[in-house]
Amino acid sequence: MNTRPSLFSLTFSLPLLIWQLAFFLFPLAFLVALSFWTVRNFQMQPDFDTVNWIKIYSRGVFWDAYFRTLLMASASAVLISLLAFPASYAISFKLRDSVKRWMIFILIIPFFTSYLVRVYSLQVFLSDAGILNAFLGYLGLGPYPMLNNTFGTLAGYATLCLPLVILLQVFSLNFVNRDLVEAAHNMRCGRLQTVLEVIIPSAKAGLVIAALFAFILSFGDFVSPLYLGGGNPPTLSIMITDITKSGQQWPRAAVVALTMIATLLTVAFAAIKFAYREAGK
Amino acid sequence: MLRKSTHPSRRALLKMSAGAALATPFLSIRAAAQTVNLSMLAWYGHAEPDVVGEFEELHNVKFTPKYYTGGDNMLGLIAQSPPGTYDVILSDAEYVQQLNAAGYIEELDPNDYAFDDFFPEFQQFPGHWQDGKLFSVITRFGFLGISYNAGVLSEADAASYNIFSDSRLTGKLGHFDWHLPNLGQVSLLNGNADPFNLSDAAWQQVQDSTMALRGQVGGFFDYGGTFSSLKNGQMTAFAGIGDWITGVLEKNGANVRTAIPEEGGLQWTESFSIGKGSRNQEMARKWIQYITSPEGQAKSADMAAYPAMIPNKKGWVALNEANPGEAKRQNMVLGQNNAIDLIRDGRIKYRQLPGQQSLEDWNDFWSDYKGA
Repeated sequence: MNTRPSLFSLTFSLPLLIWQLAFFLFPLAFLVALSFWTVRNFQMQPDFDTVNWIKIYSRGVFWDAYFRTLLMASASAVLISLLAFPASYAISFKLRDSVKRWMIFILIIPFFTSYLVRVYSLQVFLSDAGILNAFLGYLGLGPYPMLNNTFGTLAGYATLCLPLVILLQVFSLNFVNRDLVEAAHNMRCGRLQTVLEVIIPSAKAGLVIAALFAFILSFGDFVSPLYLGGGNPPTLSIMITDITKSGQQWPRAAVVALTMIATLLTVAFAAIKFAYREAGK
Repeated sequence: MLRKSTHPSRRALLKMSAGAALATPFLSIRAAAQTVNLSMLAWYGHAEPDVVGEFEELHNVKFTPKYYTGGDNMLGLIAQSPPGTYDVILSDAEYVQQLNAAGYIEELDPNDYAFDDFFPEFQQFPGHWQDGKLFSVITRFGFLGISYNAGVLSEADAASYNIFSDSRLTGKLGHFDWHLPNLGQVSLLNGNADPFNLSDAAWQQVQDSTMALRGQVGGFFDYGGTFSSLKNGQMTAFAGIGDWITGVLEKNGANVRTAIPEEGGLQWTESFSIGKGSRNQEMARKWIQYITSPEGQAKSADMAAYPAMIPNKKGWVALNEANPGEAKRQNMVLGQNNAIDLIRDGRIKYRQLPGQQSLEDWNDFWSDYKGA
């Protein structure tokens, strides 16, 4: 058997490989090198000094921001998955095919508009004198602070991730073998029990990947924590801009960025391993 | 005849269009041959048509702007570009020394510029001169104080930085997200006569006083966030900004204002330099002459992106003639108590880099404050 890749397969796989090398691996290697550079009088100098790592890792404010960001991204992944599931379930199992197509189309529409614009317009809804609080005011409630806090940030994460998570969940639920559901019903398995014990385990991989996407997008997001969270308290992405803004400390920002990348890779590998682990093993 | 020119025959119309079409290339070639491309590194708005339009037409110049946010961003952009990339560079006063130290700007001839027309305070602005040599020409400045929503707070409320601790501002105090102006204001509140040149004890006090405000803070905002949160009333007062933000909002009908409190205000100062290795030095010089001339100054004061005060006394006269409303709004009317008197009374301190601590110390504290 010929193990050498054919020209045909290379033609299709090489561009991806080159792309990844040029825009992920090389920049990543540069980022690692950069994290050992030093800055003097606003100018970066090639160097091999661990000062940036020590400086960042020895600061309480970094670890506070790190665990806060981790917690917020995890909360975002869990909450958005929970919010999305009933919708995805309804779209996949309860709707006619034509309606299903329309729903998928509607879920794609948010991507027509820039995320930044959508987040900015959310300010109109969430501010103290905004649409939501005005509505709650009619009911004699509020006003509740929804902007410039963690709630605002999470609302922004939902804007970013919810349509995508629903789409991914719908596609994975579509692949659930309908015979299994029918078999469960025939064996007098209740509706809720069917969902929990048949549908969710069968669609596990897709559901976990959807949650993983929510985590990844939220963990690195800059727009929502800044414009809806008011940078209060700051996340790691805000911290990166802060560090670069003052004194040109790109090497220290590189340390934060590398820590984020390492975290994302760890979480992604763990999630994928969990997603594809076979039951009983 | 009138009918003929308003309703030309088909043949006449064809002739006219053909003639116009044939002439067009000559027009554009003629124009292109003389147009000088002048690149400008500046804060947003400085190379927009409302400011440069007239100069572009007058000298057949086309500006290519590169906008930055903050002095560090500016230094980074220059450091990453080959010499000569930027013909004119607009900088905040405290960064001119950094530009000079790094050799990014050309020495200028003081005789080229009308310093005699300037108020005496601005003829030898600190940092713009080094060992008697000129490197940058002041073009505009503004004051930073307490910016507030006039529907909630009165002018009397905004007469002291102590308002920042008022219960009405709990969760409603915004910070423009840059340590220098915010910490400078707290330093003024603490009674430091030289707010950026602090002994270690005084610096510790500034940190303590700042930290005491943390519970009041509703958010840390960039340029755009500052605008929107003042405009939609989400923040009632802001530290670290001035009329350069509230002036724009005010002109658009928002009920916001900036007051200079008893403890004093800070001054930001912008100046133009010529980039080292620029190939258009002659035109760059003409631009700086233009923008510091009375007419240029009047335009600069009312710049659409953000208004500012101007250092040229004749510019004040020109502004009062061309746009008396704006002159009055910015307190730039001669012969009465005006903005220059605020400086002369010692109420205004120049914004500077920290004198006895490193910029890093200040920045680190600011990160701690934000994360607290």
